[in-house]
Amino acid sequence: MTKKENELTWKDLEIGTIITEPGNASQYRTGDWRSQKPVHDFSRCIKCGLCMIYCPEACRFQSKEGYFEADMFYCKGCGICYRECPTMVITMEEE
Amino acid sequence: MAKRVGMEVSVAISEMVKMADTDVIAAYPITPQTHIVEHLAELVADGELDAEYIPVESEHSAMSACLGSAAVGARTFTATAGQGLELMHEVLYVASSMRFPIVMTVVNRALSAPLSVWSDHSDVMACRDTGWIQIFAENGQEAVDNTLCAFRIAEDNDVLLPVMIHLDGFHVSHVIEPIIMPEQKIVDAFLPKNNFPLPLDPEKPVAMGDFGPPVIYTEAKWAQEVNLRKSKESVLKVWQEFGKSFNRHYKPVECYRCEDAETLLLTMGSYSETAMTAIDKIRGEGKKIGLVRIRLWRPFPFGDFRQAVKGKKTLIVLDRAISFGGPGGPVCSEVRSALYNQNNKPEIVSFVGGLGGRDITVADFEEIINNGIEIAKNGRDNEFEMYGVRE
Repeated sequence: MTKKENELTWKDLEIGTIITEPGNASQYRTGDWRSQKPVHDFSRCIKCGLCMIYCPEACRFQSKEGYFEADMFYCKGCGICYRECPTMVITMEEE
Repeated sequence: MAKRVGMEVSVAISEMVKMADTDVIAAYPITPQTHIVEHLAELVADGELDAEYIPVESEHSAMSACLGSAAVGARTFTATAGQGLELMHEVLYVASSMRFPIVMTVVNRALSAPLSVWSDHSDVMACRDTGWIQIFAENGQEAVDNTLCAFRIAEDNDVLLPVMIHLDGFHVSHVIEPIIMPEQKIVDAFLPKNNFPLPLDPEKPVAMGDFGPPVIYTEAKWAQEVNLRKSKESVLKVWQEFGKSFNRHYKPVECYRCEDAETLLLTMGSYSETAMTAIDKIRGEGKKIGLVRIRLWRPFPFGDFRQAVKGKKTLIVLDRAISFGGPGGPVCSEVRSALYNQNNKPEIVSFVGGLGGRDITVADFEEIINNGIEIAKNGRDNEFEMYGVRE
Protein backbone atom coordinates (compact mmCIF):
# COMPACT_ATOMS: atom_id res chain seq x y z
CA MET A 1 0.00 0.00 0.00
CA THR A 2 1.57 3.23 -1.10
CA LYS A 3 -0.82 5.47 0.85
CA LYS A 4 -1.17 5.62 4.60
CA GLU A 5 -4.59 4.60 5.88
CA ASN A 6 -5.59 8.18 6.71
CA GLU A 7 -4.83 9.19 3.12
CA LEU A 8 -6.96 6.49 1.49
CA THR A 9 -10.08 7.75 -0.27
CA TRP A 10 -13.16 5.57 -0.80
CA LYS A 11 -12.01 4.99 -4.36
CA ASP A 12 -8.72 3.52 -3.15
CA LEU A 13 -10.40 0.71 -1.23
CA GLU A 14 -10.70 -2.72 -2.79
CA ILE A 15 -14.26 -4.05 -3.20
CA GLY A 16 -15.68 -5.03 0.18
CA THR A 17 -12.50 -3.60 1.79
CA ILE A 18 -10.73 -6.81 0.89
CA ILE A 19 -7.08 -6.63 1.92
CA THR A 20 -4.67 -7.66 -0.80
CA GLU A 21 -1.45 -6.62 0.88
CA PRO A 22 -0.42 -8.61 3.95
CA GLY A 23 0.65 -7.00 7.19
CA ASN A 24 -1.18 -3.70 6.99
CA ALA A 25 -2.44 -4.13 10.55
CA SER A 26 1.05 -2.92 11.54
CA GLN A 27 -0.11 0.56 10.51
CA TYR A 28 -2.74 0.56 13.19
CA ARG A 29 -1.63 2.80 16.06
CA THR A 30 -2.95 0.93 19.09
CA GLY A 31 -0.85 3.39 21.13
CA ASP A 32 -3.79 5.77 20.62
CA TRP A 33 -5.83 3.79 23.12
CA ARG A 34 -3.39 4.44 25.99
CA SER A 35 -4.38 6.39 29.07
CA GLN A 36 -1.45 5.15 31.20
CA LYS A 37 2.10 4.43 30.07
CA PRO A 38 4.73 2.07 31.43
CA VAL A 39 7.76 3.77 33.01
CA HIS A 40 10.87 1.70 33.64
CA ASP A 41 13.58 1.54 36.30
CA PHE A 42 15.92 -0.83 34.46
CA SER A 43 18.39 -0.87 37.43
CA ARG A 44 16.11 -3.60 38.89
CA CYS A 45 15.71 -5.49 35.59
CA ILE A 46 16.94 -9.11 35.41
CA LYS A 47 16.22 -9.31 31.63
CA CYS A 48 13.90 -12.29 32.11
CA GLY A 49 11.67 -11.19 29.19
CA LEU A 50 8.37 -11.99 30.94
CA CYS A 51 7.07 -8.54 29.98
CA MET A 52 7.76 -9.37 26.32
CA ILE A 53 6.04 -12.75 26.60
CA TYR A 54 2.94 -11.39 28.29
CA CYS A 55 2.55 -8.26 26.16
CA PRO A 56 -0.69 -8.75 24.17
CA GLU A 57 0.43 -6.27 21.50
CA ALA A 58 3.89 -7.88 21.14
CA CYS A 59 5.23 -4.37 21.38
CA ARG A 60 8.25 -5.18 23.60
CA PHE A 61 11.66 -5.33 21.90
CA GLN A 62 15.11 -5.96 23.34
CA SER A 63 17.49 -3.00 23.26
CA LYS A 64 21.26 -3.21 22.69
CA GLU A 65 21.73 -3.30 26.47
CA GLY A 66 19.40 -6.30 26.67
CA TYR A 67 16.49 -4.49 28.36
CA PHE A 68 12.95 -4.97 27.07
CA GLU A 69 11.50 -1.65 26.02
CA ALA A 70 7.98 -0.84 24.83
CA ASP A 71 7.25 0.46 21.33
CA MET A 72 4.90 3.29 22.20
CA PHE A 73 3.31 3.26 18.69
CA TYR A 74 1.64 -0.01 19.70
CA CYS A 75 1.67 -0.03 23.55
CA LYS A 76 -1.98 0.42 24.62
CA GLY A 77 -1.10 0.86 28.29
CA CYS A 78 -2.88 -2.26 29.49
CA GLY A 79 -0.45 -2.69 32.41
CA ILE A 80 -0.03 -6.46 32.06
CA CYS A 81 3.79 -6.00 32.00
CA TYR A 82 3.54 -3.97 35.21
CA ARG A 83 1.46 -6.74 36.82
CA GLU A 84 3.78 -9.57 35.70
CA CYS A 85 7.28 -8.07 36.14
CA PRO A 86 8.86 -10.10 39.02
CA THR A 87 11.27 -7.32 40.06
CA MET A 88 8.85 -4.40 39.76
CA VAL A 89 10.81 -2.56 37.10
CA ILE A 90 7.63 -1.06 35.67
CA THR A 91 5.28 1.52 37.08
CA MET A 92 2.23 2.90 35.26
CA GLU A 93 1.90 6.66 34.98
CA GLU A 94 -0.88 8.83 33.57
CA GLU A 95 -0.24 10.00 30.02
CA MET B 1 -38.98 -22.76 -28.54
CA ALA B 2 -39.64 -21.83 -24.97
CA LYS B 3 -42.63 -23.69 -23.61
CA ARG B 4 -45.46 -22.31 -21.54
CA VAL B 5 -46.11 -24.84 -18.79
CA GLY B 6 -48.36 -24.96 -15.78
CA MET B 7 -46.04 -25.02 -12.79
CA GLU B 8 -46.05 -24.11 -9.15
CA VAL B 9 -44.12 -20.85 -8.96
CA SER B 10 -41.78 -22.15 -6.23
CA VAL B 11 -40.86 -25.12 -8.42
CA ALA B 12 -40.34 -22.86 -11.42
CA ILE B 13 -37.95 -20.67 -9.41
CA SER B 14 -35.96 -23.76 -8.39
CA GLU B 15 -35.85 -24.88 -12.01
CA MET B 16 -34.46 -21.48 -12.97
CA VAL B 17 -31.82 -21.73 -10.24
CA LYS B 18 -30.89 -25.07 -11.80
CA MET B 19 -30.73 -23.58 -15.30
CA ALA B 20 -28.45 -20.86 -13.93
CA ASP B 21 -26.02 -23.66 -13.02
CA THR B 22 -25.82 -22.62 -9.39
CA ASP B 23 -22.82 -24.01 -7.52
CA VAL B 24 -23.90 -23.75 -3.90
CA ILE B 25 -27.26 -23.62 -2.14
CA ALA B 26 -27.30 -23.15 1.62
CA ALA B 27 -30.80 -22.92 2.97
CA TYR B 28 -33.13 -23.68 5.84
CA PRO B 29 -36.75 -24.51 5.06
CA ILE B 30 -39.44 -22.14 6.29
CA THR B 31 -43.02 -21.66 5.17
CA PRO B 32 -43.86 -20.33 2.57
CA GLN B 33 -40.38 -20.69 1.02
CA THR B 34 -40.20 -24.46 1.65
CA HIS B 35 -41.13 -25.75 -1.80
CA ILE B 36 -38.25 -23.82 -3.39
CA VAL B 37 -35.54 -25.38 -1.25
CA GLU B 38 -37.22 -28.79 -1.17
CA HIS B 39 -37.25 -28.91 -4.94
CA LEU B 40 -33.65 -27.75 -5.14
CA ALA B 41 -32.64 -30.45 -2.65
CA GLU B 42 -34.35 -33.00 -4.93
CA LEU B 43 -32.63 -31.64 -8.04
CA VAL B 44 -29.23 -31.95 -6.35
CA ALA B 45 -29.99 -35.38 -4.85
CA ASP B 46 -31.22 -36.67 -8.23
CA GLY B 47 -28.04 -35.47 -9.92
CA GLU B 48 -29.93 -33.02 -12.13
CA LEU B 49 -28.04 -30.08 -10.67
CA ASP B 50 -24.34 -30.41 -9.94
CA ALA B 51 -24.26 -28.23 -6.84
CA GLU B 52 -23.35 -28.38 -3.20
CA TYR B 53 -26.52 -28.35 -1.13
CA ILE B 54 -25.70 -27.35 2.44
CA PRO B 55 -28.51 -28.15 4.88
CA VAL B 56 -27.87 -25.77 7.76
CA GLU B 57 -29.28 -25.49 11.28
CA SER B 58 -30.66 -21.98 10.93
CA GLU B 59 -31.04 -19.05 8.54
CA HIS B 60 -28.18 -17.28 10.28
CA SER B 61 -26.00 -20.22 9.28
CA ALA B 62 -27.54 -20.32 5.80
CA MET B 63 -26.45 -16.78 5.02
CA SER B 64 -23.09 -17.34 6.73
CA ALA B 65 -22.47 -20.39 4.55
CA CYS B 66 -23.44 -18.30 1.53
CA LEU B 67 -20.73 -15.79 2.47
CA GLY B 68 -18.11 -18.51 2.41
CA SER B 69 -19.38 -19.85 -0.87
CA ALA B 70 -19.49 -16.44 -2.54
CA ALA B 71 -16.01 -15.66 -1.20
CA VAL B 72 -14.47 -18.40 -3.32
CA GLY B 73 -16.37 -17.21 -6.39
CA ALA B 74 -19.05 -19.90 -6.45
CA ARG B 75 -22.51 -19.03 -7.78
CA THR B 76 -24.59 -18.93 -4.60
CA PHE B 77 -28.32 -19.11 -3.94
CA THR B 78 -30.54 -19.21 -0.91
CA ALA B 79 -34.17 -18.54 -0.11
CA THR B 80 -36.05 -17.62 3.01
CA ALA B 81 -39.15 -15.94 4.43
CA GLY B 82 -40.41 -13.95 7.40
CA GLN B 83 -38.74 -14.97 10.66
CA GLY B 84 -35.96 -16.65 8.68
CA LEU B 85 -35.06 -13.37 7.01
CA GLU B 86 -34.96 -11.66 10.39
CA LEU B 87 -32.72 -14.36 11.84
CA MET B 88 -30.33 -13.69 8.94
CA HIS B 89 -30.47 -9.98 9.59
CA GLU B 90 -26.95 -9.19 10.78
CA VAL B 91 -25.38 -11.42 8.14
CA LEU B 92 -27.33 -9.61 5.39
CA TYR B 93 -25.22 -6.52 6.09
CA VAL B 94 -22.04 -8.58 5.91
CA ALA B 95 -23.04 -9.98 2.51
CA SER B 96 -23.63 -6.55 1.00
CA SER B 97 -20.68 -4.87 2.73
CA MET B 98 -18.31 -7.57 1.54
CA ARG B 99 -19.86 -7.20 -1.90
CA PHE B 100 -20.78 -10.84 -2.34
CA PRO B 101 -23.07 -11.56 -5.32
CA ILE B 102 -25.50 -13.85 -3.49
CA VAL B 103 -29.00 -14.31 -4.90
CA MET B 104 -31.85 -14.83 -2.46
CA THR B 105 -35.53 -15.40 -3.04
CA VAL B 106 -37.57 -13.91 -0.23
CA VAL B 107 -41.08 -15.31 -0.07
CA ASN B 108 -42.66 -12.46 1.83
CA ARG B 109 -44.27 -13.43 5.10
CA ALA B 110 -45.67 -11.58 8.10
CA LEU B 111 -43.72 -11.50 11.36
CA SER B 112 -44.74 -13.01 14.70
CA ALA B 113 -46.53 -12.50 17.05
CA PRO B 114 -49.19 -13.71 16.69
CA LEU B 115 -47.59 -16.36 14.54
CA SER B 116 -48.53 -15.91 10.92
CA VAL B 117 -47.27 -17.90 7.97
CA TRP B 118 -49.24 -15.69 5.59
CA SER B 119 -47.96 -12.92 3.45
CA ASP B 120 -47.22 -9.28 3.95
CA HIS B 121 -44.13 -7.09 3.62
CA SER B 122 -43.08 -6.77 7.27
CA ASP B 123 -40.08 -9.03 6.73
CA VAL B 124 -38.76 -7.03 3.76
CA MET B 125 -39.23 -3.66 5.36
CA ALA B 126 -37.13 -4.65 8.36
CA CYS B 127 -34.34 -5.46 5.89
CA ARG B 128 -34.82 -2.37 3.77
CA ASP B 129 -31.49 -0.79 4.69
CA THR B 130 -29.26 -3.86 4.52
CA GLY B 131 -27.59 -2.74 1.29
CA TRP B 132 -29.07 -5.45 -0.95
CA ILE B 133 -30.52 -4.80 -4.37
CA GLN B 134 -34.23 -5.59 -3.95
CA ILE B 135 -36.72 -6.40 -6.69
CA PHE B 136 -40.44 -7.04 -6.15
CA ALA B 137 -42.13 -9.57 -8.40
CA GLU B 138 -45.82 -9.23 -9.10
CA ASN B 139 -46.40 -12.75 -10.40
CA GLY B 140 -44.66 -16.06 -10.99
CA GLN B 141 -43.23 -15.19 -14.38
CA GLU B 142 -41.63 -12.06 -12.97
CA ALA B 143 -40.22 -14.00 -10.05
CA VAL B 144 -38.71 -16.62 -12.36
CA ASP B 145 -37.36 -14.12 -14.89
CA ASN B 146 -35.85 -11.95 -12.20
CA THR B 147 -34.20 -14.93 -10.55
CA LEU B 148 -32.17 -15.30 -13.73
CA CYS B 149 -31.59 -11.54 -14.01
CA ALA B 150 -30.55 -11.43 -10.35
CA PHE B 151 -27.53 -13.67 -10.94
CA ARG B 152 -26.39 -11.53 -13.81
CA ILE B 153 -26.93 -8.26 -11.93
CA ALA B 154 -25.26 -9.50 -8.74
CA GLU B 155 -22.23 -10.96 -10.49
CA ASP B 156 -21.70 -8.02 -12.85
CA ASN B 157 -18.24 -6.80 -11.85
CA ASP B 158 -19.55 -3.22 -11.90
CA VAL B 159 -22.09 -4.23 -9.27
CA LEU B 160 -20.98 -7.12 -7.02
CA LEU B 161 -23.87 -6.87 -4.61
CA PRO B 162 -26.33 -9.40 -3.30
CA VAL B 163 -29.86 -9.37 -4.75
CA MET B 164 -33.19 -10.20 -3.11
CA ILE B 165 -36.14 -11.17 -5.25
CA HIS B 166 -39.36 -10.63 -3.33
CA LEU B 167 -42.56 -12.50 -4.04
CA ASP B 168 -45.65 -12.74 -1.88
CA GLY B 169 -46.06 -15.91 0.13
CA PHE B 170 -48.83 -18.26 -1.11
CA HIS B 171 -50.44 -15.66 -3.38
CA VAL B 172 -47.46 -16.10 -5.70
CA SER B 173 -45.24 -18.85 -4.28
CA HIS B 174 -47.86 -21.62 -4.10
CA VAL B 175 -49.87 -20.72 -7.17
CA ILE B 176 -49.76 -22.91 -10.25
CA GLU B 177 -49.24 -20.48 -13.05
CA PRO B 178 -48.52 -20.82 -16.75
CA ILE B 179 -44.81 -20.08 -16.80
CA ILE B 180 -42.60 -19.67 -19.83
CA MET B 181 -39.41 -21.56 -19.07
CA PRO B 182 -36.61 -20.59 -21.43
CA GLU B 183 -34.36 -22.93 -23.35
CA GLN B 184 -31.12 -23.84 -21.61
CA LYS B 185 -28.95 -22.56 -24.44
CA ILE B 186 -30.53 -19.08 -24.27
CA VAL B 187 -29.99 -19.02 -20.51
CA ASP B 188 -26.36 -20.04 -21.02
CA ALA B 189 -25.86 -17.28 -23.56
CA PHE B 190 -27.52 -14.73 -21.26
CA LEU B 191 -25.67 -15.61 -18.07
CA PRO B 192 -21.86 -15.61 -18.21
CA LYS B 193 -19.75 -17.50 -15.67
CA ASN B 194 -19.37 -15.94 -12.26
CA ASN B 195 -16.07 -14.11 -12.18
CA PHE B 196 -15.59 -12.67 -8.70
CA PRO B 197 -12.49 -10.49 -9.02
CA LEU B 198 -10.82 -11.16 -5.66
CA PRO B 199 -11.81 -14.65 -4.52
CA LEU B 200 -10.19 -16.60 -1.70
CA ASP B 201 -7.36 -18.34 -3.51
CA PRO B 202 -4.23 -19.88 -1.96
CA GLU B 203 -2.27 -18.80 -5.04
CA LYS B 204 -3.18 -15.18 -4.45
CA PRO B 205 -4.07 -14.73 -0.78
CA VAL B 206 -6.36 -11.96 0.41
CA ALA B 207 -7.94 -11.12 3.76
CA MET B 208 -11.72 -10.59 3.92
CA GLY B 209 -14.04 -9.22 6.57
CA ASP B 210 -11.33 -7.46 8.51
CA PHE B 211 -11.43 -4.90 11.22
CA GLY B 212 -12.22 -1.39 9.91
CA PRO B 213 -11.03 1.32 12.27
CA PRO B 214 -12.72 4.76 12.31
CA VAL B 215 -10.16 6.04 9.81
CA ILE B 216 -11.48 3.61 7.14
CA TYR B 217 -15.11 2.85 8.01
CA THR B 218 -16.66 6.00 6.52
CA GLU B 219 -14.84 5.46 3.22
CA ALA B 220 -15.91 1.80 3.19
CA LYS B 221 -19.59 2.73 3.70
CA TRP B 222 -19.49 5.49 1.10
CA ALA B 223 -17.95 3.14 -1.45
CA GLN B 224 -20.83 0.73 -0.76
CA GLU B 225 -23.47 3.45 -1.06
CA VAL B 226 -22.06 4.85 -4.31
CA ASN B 227 -21.93 1.34 -5.68
CA LEU B 228 -25.50 0.44 -4.73
CA ARG B 229 -26.84 3.66 -6.29
CA LYS B 230 -24.80 3.08 -9.42
CA SER B 231 -26.01 -0.51 -9.67
CA LYS B 232 -29.26 0.83 -11.11
CA GLU B 233 -27.50 1.31 -14.45
CA SER B 234 -26.57 -2.36 -14.48
CA VAL B 235 -30.06 -3.43 -13.43
CA LEU B 236 -31.47 -1.46 -16.37
CA LYS B 237 -28.88 -2.90 -18.74
CA VAL B 238 -29.62 -6.46 -17.64
CA TRP B 239 -33.39 -5.94 -17.99
CA GLN B 240 -32.85 -4.44 -21.43
CA GLU B 241 -30.79 -7.42 -22.55
CA PHE B 242 -33.25 -9.78 -20.94
CA GLY B 243 -35.94 -8.11 -23.04
CA LYS B 244 -33.92 -8.70 -26.19
CA SER B 245 -33.27 -12.37 -25.38
CA PHE B 246 -36.63 -13.32 -23.91
CA ASN B 247 -39.05 -10.66 -25.14
CA ARG B 248 -40.35 -9.80 -21.69
CA HIS B 249 -39.59 -6.30 -20.53
CA TYR B 250 -39.01 -5.00 -17.03
CA LYS B 251 -38.45 -1.53 -15.65
CA PRO B 252 -38.00 -0.01 -12.18
CA VAL B 253 -41.46 1.57 -12.00
CA GLU B 254 -44.50 0.24 -13.84
CA CYS B 255 -47.39 2.52 -14.74
CA TYR B 256 -50.86 1.24 -15.60
CA ARG B 257 -53.36 3.65 -17.17
CA CYS B 258 -51.43 6.59 -15.73
CA GLU B 259 -51.23 8.94 -18.73
CA ASP B 260 -54.34 11.03 -18.14
CA ALA B 261 -54.89 9.93 -14.53
CA GLU B 262 -55.56 12.46 -11.78
CA THR B 263 -55.31 9.95 -8.98
CA LEU B 264 -52.71 7.20 -8.71
CA LEU B 265 -52.68 4.15 -6.52
CA LEU B 266 -49.25 2.80 -5.54
CA THR B 267 -48.62 -0.85 -4.69
CA MET B 268 -45.78 -3.37 -4.58
CA GLY B 269 -45.97 -7.09 -5.18
CA SER B 270 -48.85 -9.38 -6.08
CA TYR B 271 -51.76 -7.21 -4.93
CA SER B 272 -50.97 -4.99 -7.90
CA GLU B 273 -52.77 -7.51 -10.12
CA THR B 274 -56.02 -7.11 -8.18
CA ALA B 275 -55.40 -3.37 -8.13
CA MET B 276 -55.29 -3.29 -11.95
CA THR B 277 -58.70 -4.98 -12.11
CA ALA B 278 -60.01 -2.38 -9.67
CA ILE B 279 -58.52 0.43 -11.77
CA ASP B 280 -60.27 -0.93 -14.87
CA LYS B 281 -63.57 -1.04 -13.01
CA ILE B 282 -63.25 2.50 -11.66
CA ARG B 283 -62.12 3.77 -15.06
CA GLY B 284 -65.36 2.31 -16.36
CA GLU B 285 -67.18 4.67 -14.03
CA GLY B 286 -65.37 7.59 -15.62
CA LYS B 287 -62.85 8.33 -12.86
CA LYS B 288 -59.33 9.14 -14.01
CA ILE B 289 -57.26 6.71 -12.03
CA GLY B 290 -54.07 4.76 -12.64
CA LEU B 291 -51.68 2.40 -10.86
CA VAL B 292 -48.00 2.87 -10.13
CA ARG B 293 -46.06 -0.19 -9.09
CA ILE B 294 -42.53 -0.07 -7.75
CA ARG B 295 -40.54 -3.06 -8.94
CA LEU B 296 -37.04 -1.92 -8.01
CA TRP B 297 -37.18 -1.16 -4.30
CA ARG B 298 -33.42 -0.81 -3.81
CA PRO B 299 -31.71 1.18 -5.16
CA PHE B 300 -34.86 3.33 -5.02
CA PRO B 301 -35.65 4.65 -8.52
CA PHE B 302 -36.10 8.30 -7.55
CA GLY B 303 -36.10 9.66 -11.14
CA ASP B 304 -38.53 7.11 -12.57
CA PHE B 305 -40.84 7.43 -9.59
CA ARG B 306 -40.94 11.24 -9.64
CA GLN B 307 -41.59 11.17 -13.36
CA ALA B 308 -44.43 8.67 -12.89
CA VAL B 309 -46.35 10.81 -10.39
CA LYS B 310 -45.49 14.25 -11.75
CA GLY B 311 -48.49 16.55 -12.08
CA LYS B 312 -50.94 14.09 -10.51
CA LYS B 313 -53.47 15.33 -7.96
CA THR B 314 -53.55 12.46 -5.52
CA LEU B 315 -51.28 9.53 -4.70
CA ILE B 316 -52.75 6.75 -2.59
CA VAL B 317 -50.16 4.36 -1.20
CA LEU B 318 -51.02 0.89 0.07
CA ASP B 319 -48.41 -0.56 2.40
CA ARG B 320 -48.44 -4.18 3.50
CA ALA B 321 -46.33 -3.46 6.56
CA ILE B 322 -46.52 -1.11 9.49
CA SER B 323 -43.81 1.08 10.94
CA PHE B 324 -44.94 0.99 14.56
CA GLY B 325 -45.21 4.36 16.23
CA GLY B 326 -43.84 5.99 13.10
CA PRO B 327 -45.24 7.25 9.85
CA GLY B 328 -47.44 4.15 9.27
CA GLY B 329 -46.48 2.62 5.97
CA PRO B 330 -42.76 2.36 5.21
CA VAL B 331 -43.27 2.63 1.44
CA CYS B 332 -45.45 5.70 1.84
CA SER B 333 -42.88 7.25 4.12
CA GLU B 334 -40.17 6.81 1.47
CA VAL B 335 -42.41 8.06 -1.28
CA ARG B 336 -43.27 11.15 0.76
CA SER B 337 -39.62 12.00 1.31
CA ALA B 338 -38.83 11.32 -2.36
CA LEU B 339 -41.40 13.98 -3.28
CA TYR B 340 -40.92 16.44 -0.42
CA ASN B 341 -38.70 18.88 -2.30
CA GLN B 342 -40.53 18.52 -5.61
CA ASN B 343 -42.78 21.13 -7.13
CA ASN B 344 -46.18 20.13 -8.37
CA LYS B 345 -46.39 17.02 -6.19
CA PRO B 346 -49.57 15.09 -5.47
CA GLU B 347 -51.42 14.99 -2.17
CA ILE B 348 -50.29 11.73 -0.56
CA VAL B 349 -52.59 9.42 1.39
CA SER B 350 -51.24 6.41 3.29
CA PHE B 351 -53.11 3.17 3.81
CA VAL B 352 -51.83 0.09 5.60
CA GLY B 353 -53.61 -3.15 4.84
CA GLY B 354 -53.33 -6.70 3.60
CA LEU B 355 -51.40 -7.67 6.75
CA GLY B 356 -50.71 -11.30 7.58
CA GLY B 357 -52.30 -12.60 4.39
CA ARG B 358 -55.60 -10.73 4.56
CA ASP B 359 -57.00 -10.38 1.08
CA ILE B 360 -57.53 -7.04 -0.54
CA THR B 361 -60.21 -7.59 -3.11
CA VAL B 362 -61.29 -5.45 -6.03
CA ALA B 363 -64.08 -4.04 -3.81
CA ASP B 364 -61.52 -3.24 -1.12
CA PHE B 365 -59.34 -1.39 -3.62
CA GLU B 366 -62.38 0.57 -4.77
CA GLU B 367 -63.03 1.58 -1.17
CA ILE B 368 -59.37 2.49 -0.62
CA ILE B 369 -59.32 4.61 -3.75
CA ASN B 370 -62.61 6.37 -3.02
CA ASN B 371 -61.66 7.00 0.63
CA GLY B 372 -58.21 8.14 -0.45
CA ILE B 373 -59.64 10.72 -2.82
CA GLU B 374 -61.96 12.02 -0.06
CA ILE B 375 -59.11 12.19 2.47
CA ALA B 376 -56.90 14.03 -0.01
CA LYS B 377 -59.68 16.55 -0.52
CA ASN B 378 -60.75 17.04 3.10
CA GLY B 379 -57.51 16.46 4.97
CA ARG B 380 -57.02 14.17 7.95
CA ASP B 381 -55.77 14.14 11.50
CA ASN B 382 -53.91 10.83 11.52
CA GLU B 383 -50.65 9.71 9.85
CA PHE B 384 -52.26 6.80 8.01
CA GLU B 385 -55.42 4.75 7.59
CA MET B 386 -55.46 1.16 8.88
CA TYR B 387 -57.59 -0.39 6.18
CA GLY B 388 -60.21 -2.97 7.09
CA VAL B 389 -59.57 -3.06 10.84
CA ARG B 390 -62.72 -3.99 12.82
CA GLU B 391 -63.56 -1.33 15.35
